Amino acid sequence: MIWPIASAELLPLFSYLYELLESTGLPQPWLAVVVYTFLAALVFGVLSLLALFLVWWERKIAAHIQQRFGPMRHGWHGWYQTIMDAVKLLQKEDIRVATRDKTVFFWAPVVCFVAAFLAYVTIPFGEGLIVADLNIGILYIMAVTTFTVISLLMAGWGSNNKYALLGGMRSAAQVVSYEVPMVASILVVVLFVGSLSMVDIVQAQAGGIWNWYIFRLPYGPIAFCTYIIAATAEANRTPFDIPEAEQELVAGFNVEYSGMKFAMFFLAEFVNAFTVSAIAVILFFGGWHGALLPSWMWFLGKTFGIVLLLMLFRWTYPRLRVDQLMEFSWKFLVPVTFANIIIAAWFKYAGWYW
Amino acid sequence: MNEVARAFINVLFKMPKGLYVTFKHIFKKPMTLDYPHEKRTMPPRYRGRHYLERYDDSTERCVCCGLCAAACPADAIYMEPTETEKGERQAKVYEINLIRCIFCGFCEEACPEEAIFLGHEYEFSSDDRDSFIYVKEQLLVPQTRTDNPFKRIFRRTRRAHLTAGSGK
Repeated sequence: MIWPIASAELLPLFSYLYELLESTGLPQPWLAVVVYTFLAALVFGVLSLLALFLVWWERKIAAHIQQRFGPMRHGWHGWYQTIMDAVKLLQKEDIRVATRDKTVFFWAPVVCFVAAFLAYVTIPFGEGLIVADLNIGILYIMAVTTFTVISLLMAGWGSNNKYALLGGMRSAAQVVSYEVPMVASILVVVLFVGSLSMVDIVQAQAGGIWNWYIFRLPYGPIAFCTYIIAATAEANRTPFDIPEAEQELVAGFNVEYSGMKFAMFFLAEFVNAFTVSAIAVILFFGGWHGALLPSWMWFLGKTFGIVLLLMLFRWTYPRLRVDQLMEFSWKFLVPVTFANIIIAAWFKYAGWYW
Repeated sequence: MNEVARAFINVLFKMPKGLYVTFKHIFKKPMTLDYPHEKRTMPPRYRGRHYLERYDDSTERCVCCGLCAAACPADAIYMEPTETEKGERQAKVYEINLIRCIFCGFCEEACPEEAIFLGHEYEFSSDDRDSFIYVKEQLLVPQTRTDNPFKRIFRRTRRAHLTAGSGK
């Protein structure tokens, strides 16, 4: 349930704000609206910074994998390069194709951006650092992140460009087929925990590294492997970036986008990469649990580790062909994840590994 | 079934191996240079822009004989002679058009006085065509410079290379 809320559910900062507003005699729905607006602004701000950081980090990692420097001009090792890029994109002319579908073309980047950020309602950044602990948490994230595919289709259709349309169609086909193994590998953990709530899933992994599901469950490593493969495809990242395959589709669904609209797609892509990594951390690596350091540091550190893994994927593996991509999903990933679910269900039924 | 087993082996063992290779490279020193801040030392026989050499008493070596201009395949050198008060031949005008120049080094080989040579400098780009015509004052090495590294090291290495090449 989102509202009415009680002050105890919120972060200390926001419960203070909540009590302050309560003392002015603001009625309940409005109170919740004000507090959640602040929370949304906070999450949005943090995530925008994270996305900017990830763009820079990816460029640095890519450069160092290829034994070059990457951005070096703006600040120490080019740390504010992405901010300058965003400023440049803001100043650019917003080129619009004359034959575009006006409404669809305009709303596609917005939908993409919003869908990328919606998932963070139920992602716990640390102990108690969660906007709303929905009891359908992981299901909600799965449902909401799928909006991205709609936005990519919208971008492809609205651009009135054959390359963009091909990119959009490919993206739809890809995301639909990789959604199945992704959800199936998540299901393994959910089956074990018996709850869809993100906080419950993390709490179940408390107490040391051997309680993390990747080590605790015998089928955990396989579930993690299938999840991370499907998640890479879900976030449209290279080996699976056929929607924007530069060599064949120019830039896929975002050919016709320029300026800030392009920046929105671009940032949403990195927010998505962060989302799938965060889910991987929550499901398999014990979320915020860890010794000594504050919980949010552990969460961010682990998530950056998974993001690094995604980046390594990107700079190690060549892109798949469309038919290979589909074959891999339906002929390999789906059977493997389903078999994994059956094994997990058997373990659960027999009561092993508690 | 065999295919599935192969896919499993690939995903679990071979693909992480590839990841490890790329991961190792993150910590290697970059091969590239942070160019404007760091510069490469050019190899000894690199042919950059021209210099006109002086004698140790800072008089010009060039006697304006025109052999460099004759040797130049790109026709980039123009010169006009004059005489000093001591009666020695000297260049009044000596111009090299660096847009025409192909940096072959024939002028250097042709010069009987060892006056012209190609240095290591390669940063002389400009957006003005006229500024590529280097006149005598730009080409002459500074008067105060007593020791010239090019004269000692690089001419000698090139001479050694030439004699080795011709079999002498």
